Amino acid sequence: MFGLHYNLERRSIGLAVAIIIVASIGGLVEIAPLFTIDETVEEDPDMRVYTPLELAGRNIYISEGCYACHSQMVRTLRDEVERYGPYSLAVESQYDHPMLWGSKRTGPDLARVGGKYSDAWHVAHLEDPRAVVPQSVMPSYSWLSRNELDREDLDKHLAAMRKVGVPYSDAMIENAPEDAYGQANPDSSRAGGVAERYGEETNIRSFDGDPERVTEMDALVAYLQILGRLTDAAEDQPALDDSELEGE
Amino acid sequence: MISQLTKGERQLALVISIAVAFLGLAMAGGGFGNPLGFHGFIVLLFALGVTFLILSGYFAPEPSPERLKRYYDDPIKVGVILSLIWGVIGMFMGVWVAALLAWPEMTFDAAWASFGRLRPVHTTGVIFGFGGNALIATSFHVMQRTSRARMPDQFSPWFVLLGYNLFCLLAVSGYFIGVTQSKEYAEPEWYADIWLVVVWVTYLVLYMRTLARRQEPHIYVANWYYLAFILVVAMLHIVNNLAIPISLTAAKSYSAFSGVQDAMTQWWYGHNAVAFFLTAGFLGMMYYYLPKRAERPIFSYRLSIVSFWGITFLYMWAGSHHLHYTALPHWVQTLGMTFSVMLLVPSWASAANALLTLNGAWHKVRDDATLRFMMVAAVFYGISTFEGSFLAIRPVNSLSHYTDWTVGHVHAGALGWVALITFGAIYTLAPILWKRQRMYSPALVEVHFWLALAGTLVYVFAMWNSGIIQGLMWRTYNESGTLAYSFVESVEAMHPYYIARTAGGLLFLAGIVVGFYNILMTIRRAPSLEASAAKQDEPVTSGAAPSPVSAGE
Repeated sequence: MFGLHYNLERRSIGLAVAIIIVASIGGLVEIAPLFTIDETVEEDPDMRVYTPLELAGRNIYISEGCYACHSQMVRTLRDEVERYGPYSLAVESQYDHPMLWGSKRTGPDLARVGGKYSDAWHVAHLEDPRAVVPQSVMPSYSWLSRNELDREDLDKHLAAMRKVGVPYSDAMIENAPEDAYGQANPDSSRAGGVAERYGEETNIRSFDGDPERVTEMDALVAYLQILGRLTDAAEDQPALDDSELEGE
Repeated sequence: MISQLTKGERQLALVISIAVAFLGLAMAGGGFGNPLGFHGFIVLLFALGVTFLILSGYFAPEPSPERLKRYYDDPIKVGVILSLIWGVIGMFMGVWVAALLAWPEMTFDAAWASFGRLRPVHTTGVIFGFGGNALIATSFHVMQRTSRARMPDQFSPWFVLLGYNLFCLLAVSGYFIGVTQSKEYAEPEWYADIWLVVVWVTYLVLYMRTLARRQEPHIYVANWYYLAFILVVAMLHIVNNLAIPISLTAAKSYSAFSGVQDAMTQWWYGHNAVAFFLTAGFLGMMYYYLPKRAERPIFSYRLSIVSFWGITFLYMWAGSHHLHYTALPHWVQTLGMTFSVMLLVPSWASAANALLTLNGAWHKVRDDATLRFMMVAAVFYGISTFEGSFLAIRPVNSLSHYTDWTVGHVHAGALGWVALITFGAIYTLAPILWKRQRMYSPALVEVHFWLALAGTLVYVFAMWNSGIIQGLMWRTYNESGTLAYSFVESVEAMHPYYIARTAGGLLFLAGIVVGFYNILMTIRRAPSLEASAAKQDEPVTSGAAPSPVSAGE
C-alpha cells in the first residue's frame, strides 16, 4: 500500500485524479439517492405555493439574515414538539429554494409561527422588539415599514422559481406584481385575483395596518404568517410512539 | 512589482483588466438600480485601479533573466499583507456582532448595521479574506520551495490573488446591502460565484504547472493537502451554488435545490468547507512550516499518508450530522454520525504527527513563540476534532445543536487551530520573504501569542457554558410535566456569556493588531539578511541542495 503511494506521489495528475475520486464517493452516496428515493419527501397534492407577496417577504427574511438566528425545523424531540408544535416534514419545505432550516437558535424556531401571533404583534415586534419582549436581543427592523416593497420584477422571481421546479401557472407569473398589491389591499380590485389563483384560504389583508402602501413590512409579516401553513401534512401525521420521539 | 512582469505579461494583464473593467461597466449599466449595478461599479473601480497600476510600470525595462534563478515571491508578500488586513477587519466585525448580542441597540436604526447583515461580513472576512489569502500566499511559497521550482509565469499568481480578493470584496460589500443567497459560508450571489470559478481554475492550473516543473521526484505532503483544498473546494463550490438568476441584470437567484435535498447539499458543502478549506489547506501549512521552524523532519511519512487519505475520504460523508433529528431521512443521519466518529482517527493521526515532530525540539517550543503558535494550534486541532466527532453523535447533538456550543466548537477550531497555525506560518514566513534576520520584535510575537491564547480560551469557555445551559433549559421539565423555561428566559441567561465572549474576541483582535504592526515593522526596520544567507533560499543552488523538508521514514 505504501509502495503504491510512493509511486502515486510522483505523479501530479494521478494524485489529483485520485483526490477527486476519493472525495466524490461520500456525496454521491448520500445526496444522489435523495433525488430518487420516493419516500424522502412525503406526497401532498394540496401543498400550496408562496404568493408573490409571501415570496418577497421570504426574500427580505433572507437579505436581513434572519436565518442566522432563527431555525425553521422542529426536530423529532419531545421538548421541541411541546414548545413549537408538530415536528417538521420534508414536504413542508419542498418549495423552499433555498431551504431555511437554519443552524442556530439565538431566537426561537419559526417553523410554526404562522398564525400564532396577530399581524399587529409582528409589526410592533419588528419595529421595536424590546417594546414587546423586554429581554429580547433582536435588532429593531423599523426601516421595513418605511420602505415601499419593490414589486415590479416579481413576475421574474416566480418565473425563476418555476424553472427550478415550483408549479407556478402562467397566470400566477403574469399577475405577480398585481397580486402582491392585491394581497395587502383587501379592498382593492386586485384582491379577488389573489384568492382565485392561490386559494380562498390565502391571507388577504393589510398586514402592516396601512392599506395605502405596500411596504416591506407587509411582505415580511405575510411570510411569517404563512410559515408552517402551506400544507396540513404535519398536523395530520399519525401519532408517533414514544420510541420515535426522542430525547426525554 | 510590475517591472517583474515581462512585456508580454504586462500586455496580457492590461487586456484582462480592461476586459474586466468593461464587464463591470456592463454590470453597472445593465443592473442600474439593482444591487448588481452597485457591484458593477465596484468591479469597474477595482479593474481601473489595477489598470493604472499596470500602466504605471508598463514602460519599465524588461526584467533580467537572472530572476528565473530565484523564486517569485512578490505576490506572496502582497498575499500576506492582504490576509492580515482582512484578518483585522474580519475579527473587528466578529467583536462587533458579538457585542450586538449583548447590547442589541447598537444597530442605530440602520439596515446595514443589523446583526443578520454583519454576521456574514464577519464569517466571510475571516474565513475567505483572512484564511483564504493566507492559504493562497503560503501555498505559493510552499509549492515553489518543496518543488524547488519557480512559478511558471509572473501573471497567473497575480490574477489568482487579485481576482480572489475581488470576489471577497463583492461578497462582503453585498451583505451590507442585503445581497445573499443565505447558504451558510456560500452567501455570495451567482455572478460572484462564477467569477470565483474562473479564479479557482487558474489557481489549479498554476499549481499543477508549478508541480510539473519540480526538481524533486516526490510531491511533498504539504502539496497533497493544498491540492485537495483546491480541487475539492472547486467541486463543492460549483455544486452547492447551482442556481437560476431571475435575470442577467439582477443579483437575485433561486437555488436549484429545495428543502431536504438543498439542506443536504448545503451541509455537504458547509461541513466540507470546514474540511477542505479550514482543515486540509491549513494542514498543508502545518506540514511545511512546523517542521521547518522546528528544524525537525516530519515524525512519520506513513502516518501522513494514512491521515491524508482518511481525511479526504471520510469527511465527505460527515455533513449530515448537521441535520440530526430533522426531516432528512434517518439513514443519511446515521451515515453522517458513523463517519464523523471514524473521522477522529485520521484527525488525531495528523495532530499526533505534528506534535511528535516536535520531539527533540521542545526547548524551542519553550523559547520561540512562533513555534509555540503552531504547537498550540496542533493541540487545538486535536481538541476540536475530538469535540466535532463527539457533537456528531445523535443524542449529544440533540442537546448541542442550535445552541452556542456549536459556535464555541467552531471558534475552538477557527481561533485555536486555523488562526494560530496561520500566525505561526506568517511569523516563520515573513523574515524569509523580506530577507530579514528575524522578526522586528520577538517580544511582540510573545505578546501576540498570549493575547491570542487568552482570547481563545475566554471565548470557548464562555460558549461552552452558554451552550450547555441553553440546551438544558430548553429541555428541562418541571414536576408537573411541562417545560420549565420559556425561550426568552434562556435568552436572558445568555447575557453574561455574551459579554465574556465579546471580551475574548477583543483580546484576540488586539493580538492580530499587534502582529500586523510587528510584520509592518519587520518590513521597514528589521536587520537585513546577508546576501550569502539569502542565497540559500533559491531553487537551484550549485551542487546537491538539501531537500527543503524531508519526511522521516
